[in-house]
Amino acid sequence: MSAVIENHHDDHHHGPAKGLTRWLYTTNHKDIGTLYLWFSFAMFLIGGAMALVIRAELFQPGMQIVEPEFYNQMITLHGLIMIFGGVMPAFVGLANWLVPMMIGAPDMALPRMNNLSFWILPFAFFILLSSLFMEGGAPNFGWTFYAPLSTTYAPPSVTFFIFSVHIMGASSIMGAINVVVTIMNMRAPGVTLMKMPLFVWSWLITAYLLIAVMPVLAGAVTMMLMDIHFGTSFFNAAGGGDPVLFQHIFWFFGHPEVYIMILPAFGIVSHIIETFSRKQLFGYSSMVWAMLSIAILSFVVWAHHMFTVGLPLAAELFFMWATMLIAVPTGVKVFNWVATMFKGSLTFETPMLFAIAFVVLFTIGGLSGLMLAIVPADFQYHDTYFVVAHFHYVLVPGAIFSIMAAVYYWIPKWSGNMYDERLGKLHFWLSFIGVNVTFFPQHFIGLAGMPRRYPDYALQFADWNMVSSVGAFLFGVSQILFLFIVLKTVMGGKKATDQVWEGARGLEWTVASPAPYHTFTTPPKVD
Amino acid sequence: MSAQTYYVPEQSRFPIFMAVSLFLLVMGASSTINNLDNPDSNSSYILYAGLACLFTTMFFWFRQVIKEHLAGLDSNQLKTSYVYGMAWFIFSEVMFFAAFFGALFYVRSFAVPWLSGEGENGVGISAIGLWEGFESSWPVMTTPDKGAEYALAEKSMAWPGWGHALEWLPLWNTIVLLSSSVTVHFAHIGLKNGDRKKFNRFLGITVGLALIFVGLQAAEYYEAYVHYGLTLNSGIYGSTFFMLTGFHGFHVMMGGFMLAVMLARSVFAGHFEDHDHFGFEAASWYWHFVDVVWVMLFLFVYIL
Repeated sequence: MSAVIENHHDDHHHGPAKGLTRWLYTTNHKDIGTLYLWFSFAMFLIGGAMALVIRAELFQPGMQIVEPEFYNQMITLHGLIMIFGGVMPAFVGLANWLVPMMIGAPDMALPRMNNLSFWILPFAFFILLSSLFMEGGAPNFGWTFYAPLSTTYAPPSVTFFIFSVHIMGASSIMGAINVVVTIMNMRAPGVTLMKMPLFVWSWLITAYLLIAVMPVLAGAVTMMLMDIHFGTSFFNAAGGGDPVLFQHIFWFFGHPEVYIMILPAFGIVSHIIETFSRKQLFGYSSMVWAMLSIAILSFVVWAHHMFTVGLPLAAELFFMWATMLIAVPTGVKVFNWVATMFKGSLTFETPMLFAIAFVVLFTIGGLSGLMLAIVPADFQYHDTYFVVAHFHYVLVPGAIFSIMAAVYYWIPKWSGNMYDERLGKLHFWLSFIGVNVTFFPQHFIGLAGMPRRYPDYALQFADWNMVSSVGAFLFGVSQILFLFIVLKTVMGGKKATDQVWEGARGLEWTVASPAPYHTFTTPPKVD
Repeated sequence: MSAQTYYVPEQSRFPIFMAVSLFLLVMGASSTINNLDNPDSNSSYILYAGLACLFTTMFFWFRQVIKEHLAGLDSNQLKTSYVYGMAWFIFSEVMFFAAFFGALFYVRSFAVPWLSGEGENGVGISAIGLWEGFESSWPVMTTPDKGAEYALAEKSMAWPGWGHALEWLPLWNTIVLLSSSVTVHFAHIGLKNGDRKKFNRFLGITVGLALIFVGLQAAEYYEAYVHYGLTLNSGIYGSTFFMLTGFHGFHVMMGGFMLAVMLARSVFAGHFEDHDHFGFEAASWYWHFVDVVWVMLFLFVYIL
């Protein structure tokens, strides 16, 4: 061991280690970022395949392909995998790659813990997926796992689900602590808080939210575990508890969680729109304050997910107004993005297409969210496909489009090669059309009264469900094209310049493409 | 290492070992819990293997961190990272307890009164004849189902009145734990003044108080289970009581263990200098945090 310690001064002159151990033992933020991104893409495909099972079943009314029990397992695992395995690790991967480069740091603050945060995830999702093969099947109570469906009536695999959530949470907390500490402690001299790139700001706030709410989720699943196996009565009225208590605790976690999945997207889109507008971002400080306000508000809006459970009137009113208040900072952000593009010298490379689609489609999701925030309206919309349309509009063309935009935008810096612009645009248009064909009709069937989470439906919903399923398969298949484009870019292609994009600003564009294994061994000069 | 050069550690095997340990631990825990009724199950061996791997990995990982530190490899920046990291970790622990305190406040302020028919929501519950005759009180001694599903306790752990205050274990526990926060502070002062004897003595007293606390807590649980019939199965009062005090007790054990490790490092290896002792400081922060949680528990679980 001591020999290793003495050698370590020379270590950062070395490149990556060879073979599999490079990935198993790595402490390098770029390696770990890559691991996160590939892992999340694998989960995206698995979760996507489950979505296609759902859409295939819903292609026509009546039971066609799967049993209702299996359908329930699919909707549950689809949600859990996309949120905890797809979107969140993708953003952590981007944070790993970008935050140190953007603030002029050599690496993440706690590099070994960084690797631990990643390697927990494959095991956690192995446990979750293995529950499909257990007696009684996988968790079947929806990703929100409301009690008593997830306690009294749960399959035995719920225990494995609980512990898998525990270690996923541990991974998220460690990852978030790492990001916060990196941003607070590792900025190069001159990178003051209000000079930080917006992606870094967005992740600072996201990490704070993660550290604040992942432990609450751990508390919720712990109470479930105790109720199921050890006789407590947190969620059982017979013993003086309350099933609604579960919903309060869950959504106290769940609503900040929603912003955990969108704030980094705000950061990404701000960078891309600035670059391809060839203008300075409009309203930098208002962007920061808007994100901070959204984060703070996210702690006082949770019960808008529960308007129909029988809350006291005062609570319904409070949570309605608090929720509507979020439209203000969100509106500031949308306004700033549009103002940045206004009179800019715009070009429409693939990342910019995804970013503009983000602004438009995320706004649609935001507006349907505003409709859902209105208590009397929500009594109608609650648990219908309108809600499904709403959150898929903010998550797919919101979070996931921003991740794809980020990959196209930064992959020349990561790999040193330009992606194929024609294929990228093709991927964009297929995804854009696919997403809208899938989810826009769900607004209609939702408003017409189709409930979510059922494998069968009334005949009047048949047409739009068929359209939606066609769109889902189009969207799903076009992601294979994304995989192909990324592989092609990693393996070769036109060499990227250091700056890559004409209008790109920021420290990451000052280093070589591909970025050297250790970016900054001494602090860069920042004015 | 000059201030102008950054620190980047070499590759490490610890993270992947730790991830595998956690995997064994949770797989073992899940299958053990699912097989509690099955005496032939061997799942607990996986759980023990996971625990053993976890402790072993943590031992060697921390040893490595300490070695690097003693070899002078840590930059000031890295030291600050450890400080921030510990602070945010404690914040995450605060939020974990917040979930359980939130549950306690919710059932006391809303769920239990509603179940007895109070308020706007309670009217609906009593109108359909649910839980007839259930009286709202805290501690809830008679559950809404009047013990059909749950085993009713005869006595709670709540404040027994001034006449019985001295026989009341939670009061002694409070005295023990608050004193230990003071003694760990004295140890810190001793260390800062370069007085290792004082440091060792007061840290030793602190660890002793931690042990006494855990012992008293065990006695309290014994009394609750055996004499009061108060168990996890006694409805919402038992649920909140045991989960809050249980997780607190578990954190006392972890914090006490950390302090014991620090004591051993000081006594047997002569670690820590007057200006350089964050390992100890982190453990003492954790100890103060555990203490603050207890004060909250004492107020909201026992007294009020």
